[in-house]
Amino acid sequence: MFHYMVVIAVASGKGGTGKTAVATSLALVADNTCQILDCDVEAPNVALYLPFHTGEEMKARRPVPEIDPEVCTYCGECAKACQYNAIAIAPKVAMTFPELCHSCGACYIACPIPGAIKEIDRIIGAIRKGQTRNGHELIEGRINVGEAIATPLIKQVKEKIRSDTLTIIDSPPGNGCPVVESISEADFVFLVTEPTPFGAYDLSLAIELTKILDLPAGVIINRDGIGSSQKIEELCKRTNIPILLRIPFERKIAEEYSQGRVLVDIVPSLRAKFQTLLSDAISK
Amino acid sequence: MLLANNAQKEAEIMKTLVIISGKGGTGKTTVSGVFASLANATAIGDCDVDAPDFHLILNPVKQAQKDFYGLSKANIDPERCTACLQCIETCRFDAIQQTKSNVGVNSLKCEGCRACGLVCPEDAITYVDTVSGEVYRSNSRYGPLSHAQLKIGEENSGKLVGEVREQLKELTEGIKDPLVILDGPPGIGCPVISSITGATAVLIVTEPSVAGKSDMERTLDLTEHFQMKAFVLINKADINPAEVAQIRETCLEKNVEIIGEIPFDITVTRAISNGHTLLEENPTAPASLALKKAWKILQNHLEYS
Repeated sequence: MFHYMVVIAVASGKGGTGKTAVATSLALVADNTCQILDCDVEAPNVALYLPFHTGEEMKARRPVPEIDPEVCTYCGECAKACQYNAIAIAPKVAMTFPELCHSCGACYIACPIPGAIKEIDRIIGAIRKGQTRNGHELIEGRINVGEAIATPLIKQVKEKIRSDTLTIIDSPPGNGCPVVESISEADFVFLVTEPTPFGAYDLSLAIELTKILDLPAGVIINRDGIGSSQKIEELCKRTNIPILLRIPFERKIAEEYSQGRVLVDIVPSLRAKFQTLLSDAISK
Repeated sequence: MLLANNAQKEAEIMKTLVIISGKGGTGKTTVSGVFASLANATAIGDCDVDAPDFHLILNPVKQAQKDFYGLSKANIDPERCTACLQCIETCRFDAIQQTKSNVGVNSLKCEGCRACGLVCPEDAITYVDTVSGEVYRSNSRYGPLSHAQLKIGEENSGKLVGEVREQLKELTEGIKDPLVILDGPPGIGCPVISSITGATAVLIVTEPSVAGKSDMERTLDLTEHFQMKAFVLINKADINPAEVAQIRETCLEKNVEIIGEIPFDITVTRAISNGHTLLEENPTAPASLALKKAWKILQNHLEYS
């Protein structure tokens, strides 16, 4: 039973290594007071393995500028202030490009005419919050197709982190700003990799990210046996990051996982190992 | 659409095939490698700027490198700052913090919006150009390669992808009917959008799993949203025949052609470890043969688009 806030993120660098497999397995072995957050808002998959039993959906929004053509004097200060080319001002024409807007508010501050520019809500996606069949709280962010900027939605999903329990975060692939936003406040990060050159290379980048963000991390090698893990072992030794678990490759696991089964249900002998992973991470 | 005019022009002059997936790990780079070897492309690009892997197969030799500048980051002059904290109130990215000794900017969180500078009464904030990555121009056995690496923790992947693509324009200048193949990033956000705008065709590499299908559908929504011509390739197809059937149904409904169903091949890893494409490593493997067939279909479409 958790009575304090612990946030554990699962990231990877390379896509498709098994972040969601690990995150959903950690949730299943944890006490069902835990929360699981799907921060891979561009391609959320947690609910495919831990479906919502009950839940409600809320639209997610961020502010973007709207210019009143009657009040605007077309002075261009807002366009000058905007660093993202989200506003264009010409004689008698004011155009905004909300897809490019970063919701920083600079245009609003720069405008010298009261009422000429105001901030309106742009719906960027949805947050679904509910309980899975096992009683875990699942919070999923799902960005609208065509929205370029994922980070504001990820931030809003993270606002649902409760301060009195364990939270597991399924992060997006890569090392860009969506990943930074997903993991930056974690207490511990599991980095899931695979023993391939792509896995090793992307892991080196992901480890660098955890160092820059000053986050304790540990590595899980998934599909162990499909290639050499030597590069990964050398990398982990060099960077002082422990290899915490190796999950052997088995075609049967791939087949059953593709059907939507949680990893620790496919291989029950992994349950105890995941429990150890969790308790060790929490104690760090 | 914002980029329509330029994008249209680009599509007319140069033919660009972008390989994306939605879900990570479906095999984009493996497929890109094989297609690059078959295509006789004018140039190749790796648009996965925050975790680029194409170079591990292509073993390119760097010819040129240049710094990429993202947005300038805020810097507060402690001599001028009076700790009025207006900047902290204004910053929407929690990038400014007050410590015992001063008010400082967390450059990892700073998005370069300059709203803080607009409200500072002491003119204490300046903006510093920040190198956020590097762009490379290299030569590979399958043609010139345009690629990049985003500095870890930095943002603006989309803009860096733009630089990779801009460099491809230079690499294909003066060539008649140039063909460019781009290995894209996972997801459907700004680096992907930046990779696909103006492309002639998009190939979505998917896998037959619940997650693969779900993410493929979102990616098809994306290509529809941008009115792009899309094709699908099902990789690791023999892992789940039932899911393959579902994917076929979805593609039929959306009038999207599936150009191939490629069987799972464990020698893919060996190929990459040896710095080979799958085709080079094991030319008669069922996956290699299936990819060759798929390329023929795609090539035909590209020729007549």
